[in-house]
Amino acid sequence: MSTPALADELGLCLCHGCGHACELSRHVHACERCGAPLHRRKTNAIARGWAFLVAALVFYVPANLLPVMHTEMLGSGSDSTIGGGVVEFWEHGAWDIALIIFIASMGVPAVKFFSLGLLLYTAQRRSSWACRQRSQLYRGVELIGYWSMLDVIVVALVAALVQLRGLGTIEPRAGILFFGMVVVLTMFSAMSFDPRLIWDSPGNDGGRTDGASE
Amino acid sequence: MSQSQALIICEYCDAVYQRMPVHKHQHALCVRCGGVLYRHKSLTIQQRLALSVTGAVLLIFANAYPVMTIGMQGLSNSATLWDSVLILSIGSITFIALVMALAIIFAPVLQIALLCWVLSFAVAGRRAPGFATSMRCLEGLRPWSMLEVGLLGALVAVIKLAGLLEVIPGIGLVALAALSMLIIYIAGRDIRDLWEQV
Repeated sequence: MSTPALADELGLCLCHGCGHACELSRHVHACERCGAPLHRRKTNAIARGWAFLVAALVFYVPANLLPVMHTEMLGSGSDSTIGGGVVEFWEHGAWDIALIIFIASMGVPAVKFFSLGLLLYTAQRRSSWACRQRSQLYRGVELIGYWSMLDVIVVALVAALVQLRGLGTIEPRAGILFFGMVVVLTMFSAMSFDPRLIWDSPGNDGGRTDGASE
Repeated sequence: MSQSQALIICEYCDAVYQRMPVHKHQHALCVRCGGVLYRHKSLTIQQRLALSVTGAVLLIFANAYPVMTIGMQGLSNSATLWDSVLILSIGSITFIALVMALAIIFAPVLQIALLCWVLSFAVAGRRAPGFATSMRCLEGLRPWSMLEVGLLGALVAVIKLAGLLEVIPGIGLVALAALSMLIIYIAGRDIRDLWEQV
């Protein structure tokens, strides 16, 4: 299959607000259809992507170390962390639930850190390695991105429910704040990365390099 | 202008294509990077409006009725989605309550409201006042609307508590289940087609 023409070669630019193909010839800076500002590549995609990713990594430490929930049952209190919750389910024989929580709260963030790091590093180096696969990886990151919010929602619902005076109460703890921040920051990181930079390597003729680190 | 209307640019790699008609259940893929370019229009404007109104009704049920109720030794307590947001807002972790409120309440409410607004004018073949702003808001809200995660979260919470207490799923949970599926279907990326239809 022959390579299709690129937007840059035809003087076109994709509008991120509405998906319209805009002509750049008349020095327009806003989409003629929806009015959103036009960018050939997202501004500072790589620097912003790294910044959000590093911030998320920093928050990942307290998210896993600090307790996310405080349970007060019949006079005795205990704190639980995210990892602790998984182990608890596993030991009670609910391996399926343990697996869901493990994938959503530990697996997904770890995969996102690795994938986004890989995408940012290779785009920065303007590598022409496995462009198609890296493009698919980006779509994967976009797709799984918000599922890590699962734990935040579980903790909030459980805490809202278990408010039985005298018998037992459950309260959310600071860990959940950091955990939520990790999810939000990795989502920002994925949003600020521009998947078109994957194809902007010197090997791909027609690819432009604006937006990559210079 | 009619020529660039028919062009479609791959958002993942900038390749340019001529738009071709696709049949039912088909979608067009980019030959360069494999990303989805566009899908078959499965919904007419009338159908989409009808489903949006359904969504509005479900949204009221999902928020007004408790998601579930627990019981233990004669005591019982129930929680709605809003209760679970409120519990997070206590103490030093208020920020996460804002994120949660956006993800499971405000984003879906805005999505449904904007869809109803835009589509009720589109049915008459007109562009609603603030059409461009509404469409761009819908585009921006999509990643932050996490009702389907909320649904899985509620199910995990049921299982988590079922060992300790008596758990009764409420009307809110059923409405949440239906609404989360519906929103994926009606507020997806193909609402962009409205730009060409009205």
